[in-house]
Amino acid sequence: MDYINAIILFSNYILIPGLSYGCQLALGALGVTLIYTVMRFSNFAHGELMSFGAMISILIMWCLKDIGVSIKPLPTIIISLPISIIITVIFCLLIDKLCFSYYRKNNSQSVILLIVSIGVMFFTNGLIRLIIGPNDRNINDGERFLVKAKTIKKVFELNEGLSIKMSQGITIVITLLLVTFIFWFLNKTKTGKSMRAYSDNKDLSLLSGINPERVILITWIITGMLACVAGTLYGLDKSYKPFTYLNLVLPIFASAIVGGVGNPIGAIIGGFVIAYSEIIVTFAYRKFLSYLLPDNFLSDGLMQILSTDYKIAVSFLILVIVLIIKPTGIYKGKLI
Amino acid sequence: MKNIKERIWLTYTAMTCLLLFVAFFQSWNVALSILNLCIISAIMSLGINIQWGNSGIVNFGAMGFTALGGLCAVIISMPLTKGAWEIGGFKIILAIIIFLIFIFLANRTWKFYKNSPKKKICFGLLIFLIGFLILRIIADPVIHAIESYEPAKTGYLGGMNLPVIISWPIAGCLAALIALLIGKIALGLRSDYLAIATLGISEIIIYFIKNEDWLSRGVKNVNGLPRPVPYEIELQNSAWLINLSEKFDFSLVVMSSITVKLSYSILFLLVLIIIFIFLETISKSPWGRMMRAIRDNEVSAGAMGKDVKKRHLQVFIIGSAIVGIAGAMMTTLDGQFTPASYQPIRYTFLIWIMVIVGGSGNNYGAVLGGFIVWFLWVESEPLGLWLIELLTSYLEDSSELKNRLLDSAAHMRLIMMGLILLITLRFAPKGIIEEQKRI
Repeated sequence: MDYINAIILFSNYILIPGLSYGCQLALGALGVTLIYTVMRFSNFAHGELMSFGAMISILIMWCLKDIGVSIKPLPTIIISLPISIIITVIFCLLIDKLCFSYYRKNNSQSVILLIVSIGVMFFTNGLIRLIIGPNDRNINDGERFLVKAKTIKKVFELNEGLSIKMSQGITIVITLLLVTFIFWFLNKTKTGKSMRAYSDNKDLSLLSGINPERVILITWIITGMLACVAGTLYGLDKSYKPFTYLNLVLPIFASAIVGGVGNPIGAIIGGFVIAYSEIIVTFAYRKFLSYLLPDNFLSDGLMQILSTDYKIAVSFLILVIVLIIKPTGIYKGKLI
Repeated sequence: MKNIKERIWLTYTAMTCLLLFVAFFQSWNVALSILNLCIISAIMSLGINIQWGNSGIVNFGAMGFTALGGLCAVIISMPLTKGAWEIGGFKIILAIIIFLIFIFLANRTWKFYKNSPKKKICFGLLIFLIGFLILRIIADPVIHAIESYEPAKTGYLGGMNLPVIISWPIAGCLAALIALLIGKIALGLRSDYLAIATLGISEIIIYFIKNEDWLSRGVKNVNGLPRPVPYEIELQNSAWLINLSEKFDFSLVVMSSITVKLSYSILFLLVLIIIFIFLETISKSPWGRMMRAIRDNEVSAGAMGKDVKKRHLQVFIIGSAIVGIAGAMMTTLDGQFTPASYQPIRYTFLIWIMVIVGGSGNNYGAVLGGFIVWFLWVESEPLGLWLIELLTSYLEDSSELKNRLLDSAAHMRLIMMGLILLITLRFAPKGIIEEQKRI
């Protein structure tokens, strides 16, 4: 039975957390990549857009709770998603209209747009703190676990029990649905195709009658949608705290770049690469190996490659290494 | 040309008036502490300005260099922890030297297999990993022992017990050294990538400082750094200060703290002036002209035979060293080193706002930007409070909305900074003081 114990331990601490964190990163990276391919700038405000979406979801959830809506065992925040997506999209479009469109018309350098996005980041961050305050909030009001460790332990008589958190399950399901929809949209519909054409060759697509404003509008709509969902899911999984989203920007960029900027599939793969490497490098393998190896093989240490404190630093390290060795990423993306 | 000179005079006078206004209406203490940080911010923004304004390098790593400067101040000025050093100071140095040798070897291998990427990556990484493993094997037990040596008081190696001022130039050298390494690997990247890479590297530096307790005490902070200026208590016993406080009609406590802050200001101003003159000189020199030529058109400058990569590296090192010096000065002023307080918003992006608002590409603008933005960053809280009180004055005092808004006035500063940056970029993209046209 030792092997099964090891597998369950592996799934509890590496496989499933990595999968859900990877999903959140992938959704974020998808947004960043879309903005980059269509508008040619790195959007540093994306983390704050996610935070904004999550905040709106929470506000709507509070309203719903006040009138007594509940969908136990699922957390209430899921039903607030559609409305919060709409509001986030409107916010994105407003920002584009007020901040970004001017520079696009003037054909500014991409660095200028990047600096503008930093301004947007500051503004949105302040706005969020103004509205909801900087405190930590737990927003998961549903059942905590989808699969409980205790039951599995009892039923199969194991040392380790498989556990899947409700938030992890929801993250994976929603990501799957959303990503399928977006790929269907990009590859099958005419609008999606025009978007890809526009990102591949701007001049040629303009010649063939594609309306650039419409493409940009749709890009922002999709980005807003992705940001809102990713932010809400991240808040549901950990807990909602406006500070954390700022620190999420770099792992998201790392995912987008590792996968290859401008490539939607790359963004998703990149998200999982970053998520898993963060977890695998900082996981203490002692208990895991104790199931697989005879006792006297193990040394005293925790069998950790890097201490847990370096968890997020790992993603930066990968980012830097990829930028130096292969800036185009896994799937040949564009060079910024 | 004349127009710009007038503008410089006008804005600098206005800034002085603002500080004097604070001095008279809030207090001299507040005004001087704002002034001190204004000067440090101005130095930082000079450092970023020479990179972005003069050469078009997007360096988002200011936070990392600031923290390195702070670390330098700790290592130079704090007393040595004898016990910890005896446990294994030499072993750690030995481990680091061995690790550096392996990095050097990996680098050589990397260059040796230039033409076959697979071999390059395989062997290079292998040698690097072996080096890392040896580092861990030698250093881990020692580090553990050092960190558990009186952890509440020390738990780190300590420093060299030298006067803290020495740390300022040394911080510049350390930052320059690290910038050389970073520049060598990252400067080949173009704008956006370079921004993201430097941001990532600066985060890695912060993580390193936060978690390597043996070096910097990590999140336990280092308190009580020695000062370059006398302590308030000493001053309060000296006759000349007592005379002075009677003359100006301040209480002795206030007078002593004003004196301390003023002496800091004088020191900082001295550094600012030296750096300013240095930067003005090099940007007026042929070298500065070449940098601007490279900024405006990299390709044609390259075609004229200028070594673009090398110049970029130079300017990256100079700018980062200046930021490092400012970092050491800041830690000296605070008297403590708190790695957890290094946030990119405060130490990287705010500096960028200073450069853009002041006017990129000219040193007068960068200094002005440092002063104005830091002034607003500090004063935005009272300003926001006042604004909200004005806006909600028609509401009753017990109104929930009003109280909530008043509570959140502290967050106004981020909104304000964002708006200032966006408005500047939109309506005055060259900043408050435009770049002078030089021939």
